[in-house]
Amino acid sequence: MRDVAVIGIGMTNFGELWEQSLRSIWVEAALAAMKDAGVDYIDSFYVGCMSGGLFVGQEHLGSMLADYLGVCPVPGTRVESACASGSVAFRLGFMEVASGMSDIVLVSGVEKMTDVSGDEATYALATAADQEYEGFHGITFPGLYAMIARAHMAKFGTTRKQLAQVAVKNHANGALNPHAQYPFSITVDEVLNSVKVAEPLRILDCSPITDGAAAAVLCPLDRVKEFSQKSVIRISGSGHASDTIALHSRKDITSLAAVEVAGKKAYAMAGVGPKDIDFAEVHDCFTIAELCILEALGFVEPGQSGPATEQGKTARDGAFPINPSGGLKSKGHPVGASGVAQIVECVEQLRGEAGKRQLKKARRALAQNMGGSGGSSLVHILEVV
Amino acid sequence: MDVGIVGYGAFMPRNRIKVEEIAKVWGADAPSYKKGLMLEEKSVPSPDEDTITLSVEAARNALKRAMIDPQEIGAVYVGSESHPYAVKPSGTVVAEAIGATPEVHCADFEFACKAGSEAMYVIYSQVKAETIKYGLAIGGDTSQGAPGDALEYSASAGAAAFIFGTDKLVAVCEKTYSYMTDTPDFWRREYMHYPRHGGRFTGEPAYFKHVLGCARGLLEITGSKPSDYAYAVFHQPNGKFPLRAGKILGFSRDQIEQGRLVPKLGNTYSGSSPMGLTAVLDVAKPGDRIFMVSYGSGAGSDGFVFRMTDRIDEVRDNAPHTRGLLDSNKKYIEYGTYAKYRRKIRKAE
Amino acid sequence: MSVPRIWRETPQRYRLEAGKCTKCGKVHYPPRLICDVCRSQDFEKVTVSDEATIVTFTVIHTPPSQFKDQAPYAIAVVETKDGLRSTFQVADSDGSDLEIGTKVRLQFRMIQQEGEAGVIAYGHKASIV
Repeated sequence: MRDVAVIGIGMTNFGELWEQSLRSIWVEAALAAMKDAGVDYIDSFYVGCMSGGLFVGQEHLGSMLADYLGVCPVPGTRVESACASGSVAFRLGFMEVASGMSDIVLVSGVEKMTDVSGDEATYALATAADQEYEGFHGITFPGLYAMIARAHMAKFGTTRKQLAQVAVKNHANGALNPHAQYPFSITVDEVLNSVKVAEPLRILDCSPITDGAAAAVLCPLDRVKEFSQKSVIRISGSGHASDTIALHSRKDITSLAAVEVAGKKAYAMAGVGPKDIDFAEVHDCFTIAELCILEALGFVEPGQSGPATEQGKTARDGAFPINPSGGLKSKGHPVGASGVAQIVECVEQLRGEAGKRQLKKARRALAQNMGGSGGSSLVHILEVV
Repeated sequence: MDVGIVGYGAFMPRNRIKVEEIAKVWGADAPSYKKGLMLEEKSVPSPDEDTITLSVEAARNALKRAMIDPQEIGAVYVGSESHPYAVKPSGTVVAEAIGATPEVHCADFEFACKAGSEAMYVIYSQVKAETIKYGLAIGGDTSQGAPGDALEYSASAGAAAFIFGTDKLVAVCEKTYSYMTDTPDFWRREYMHYPRHGGRFTGEPAYFKHVLGCARGLLEITGSKPSDYAYAVFHQPNGKFPLRAGKILGFSRDQIEQGRLVPKLGNTYSGSSPMGLTAVLDVAKPGDRIFMVSYGSGAGSDGFVFRMTDRIDEVRDNAPHTRGLLDSNKKYIEYGTYAKYRRKIRKAE
Repeated sequence: MSVPRIWRETPQRYRLEAGKCTKCGKVHYPPRLICDVCRSQDFEKVTVSDEATIVTFTVIHTPPSQFKDQAPYAIAVVETKDGLRSTFQVADSDGSDLEIGTKVRLQFRMIQQEGEAGVIAYGHKASIV
């Protein structure tokens, strides 16, 4: 297996992009990444998209997007793992370059969620759960995470306020992100008093419904200089794991086993541990998710994520900054794109190009993406060479 | 060969609405309704309850007392005037839910408030004719009362289930009798949402003519008199009618009281006298005889005479007692919630 | 909800039928082809107990389209007396009467229907004891 580098990144604004369609936002992100990479061709592409079918009635994205990017007969592969679709696209592109099968691969994600009504979108998202034994009874994604939150609060004493602080921190970061859907600060009180969604979670605990696309270009490490004069960013670790689809089947409702296993695999490949990571972009689909993920990745002991957040350890100036981009909460969560958008942030930070969001220490990053209520997860580690 | 009840059970929703709540909305005088109908409150089904769900729970309670293999049930009949489907029987869902399929006969019955006793009447005959070993008869409803109409105070929800057989009896059915004429006292045309009725015409020429006609016929063919019975159960559209019918026939208030659930339950239509019977079975002693006369508008009455056996003492407590369900775990709701639950609010398409 | 799908799940929805692994004893609801604990493919038919306690729960305020008129409703992960965990709505509850550990009984209820003209999908909900 050869070493693989990320040489280009691009993303659209995230938000309600009424005037743009799925194909147009994807092409915009793909072209931006190719331009940033300095490539005018690709050998293949992967696109993560949770449900082109349910949101816009469009499948066969491998063909359609190749067509609209103008790269036929280059092959395109659409991959799906609910909200982890983007990082699956990233990992498969990584594997295709690492194996030697291709040299220049575009990895991407896209989701166009605002053409359907709010409750149709809620239904589409709920297809990431067990349809017959969770969805059938009326569960929603906020509902599943709310059940995790209640169990976590009962087991560890995590407080409602600590959950709110995750959202506050992420908004403080997102306020500095020109691509973010909600680029403004919020307060703990605003979170605690916002509309109830699924108790104990409120609307400001939940990532939004978003349109957006993100893309990156990968090439073998030994060819980087042919295309790009920017910092060389190597993919040093990749891990992927599954867990039961239904929350009720998990061994422990308060812990995310798929994240832990994917994390361990990525750390092992990279030859590092959580203490060696300078910052991470994690899957804060709901505030409680960020807390559970910190524990699963070994940044804190089980049950300590609430206090760590409260003490500011995960803030931009904290001991281990989490979600400097604003996370899914403030930046937005176009489902299939999120995993790749995390990579975009990591690369910007590692290159020193993150502007007002730039972290002081940014040599090694971790990106963690997750599907459903934790049924799948991928972890990638990137470092400056 | 004795034929009778092997297991029985009742079920009702937890929600209740008081007469005062309904009267307040329509500007009616609550005390006079309460006095005139001898009614205080009624049960209201939650939006996820219907005749089928109530029937399944009642049937499960009956099975707990019958203690038989549901595969041995040869027929499942559900009588109601609020079957969830106009075409597709309630009985198929009930039979499937209790594990009686596929070797089982199924039919839905309809005859206003006596659809439940009809199911009992026919199941009794099937068992007696030895075409089936055990049969399940259910009377249940989630009846609708037209907003602002007098019947809105009483139309309620509940179900009672009876497993008939020839062995393991808790009560022998000594006699059945039926009395019927074509009488348009209360009806609902196809596609109409609410029933209509003839006002005071629903009294003498309808309820009383048939209940009394059936009762007198039943007393005559059994050669018995009211004092031979420990309990009497009559159809109970309100708290007054069963007392008046009983008085005219010569039954005492004491005999009628245990089975007279309506003041706190409302009129469960096809569940009305069947649920009253379950409340009596909960307390009757071996050897007691029970007199039951149902009534369904249209109109007719089914009559039954039961005699308790020793087995009742062994199984009575295997499932909840009807008055226990009636008096405990109640949730009071106000009219807005009631109207929402009963789908009386017109919504956008 | 498609008619064949509603019908196919009837044994699980109506009768709580599950599959017990004959090798390691794990009860699978719904039944499966292969046990995820011991990889055996031999099962016996069992019925899940209707007595359960609440493991965790939430109250849904923003339902999916088929449940639009029902909000707010409570949903819980419950653990039955025989150790099986599954997800059910909690009937007749706005959540204020629920705690982790509340005892419930699984009761037959309507779960979904496709409007006023569609088939009704029945199943069980947890009812506070």
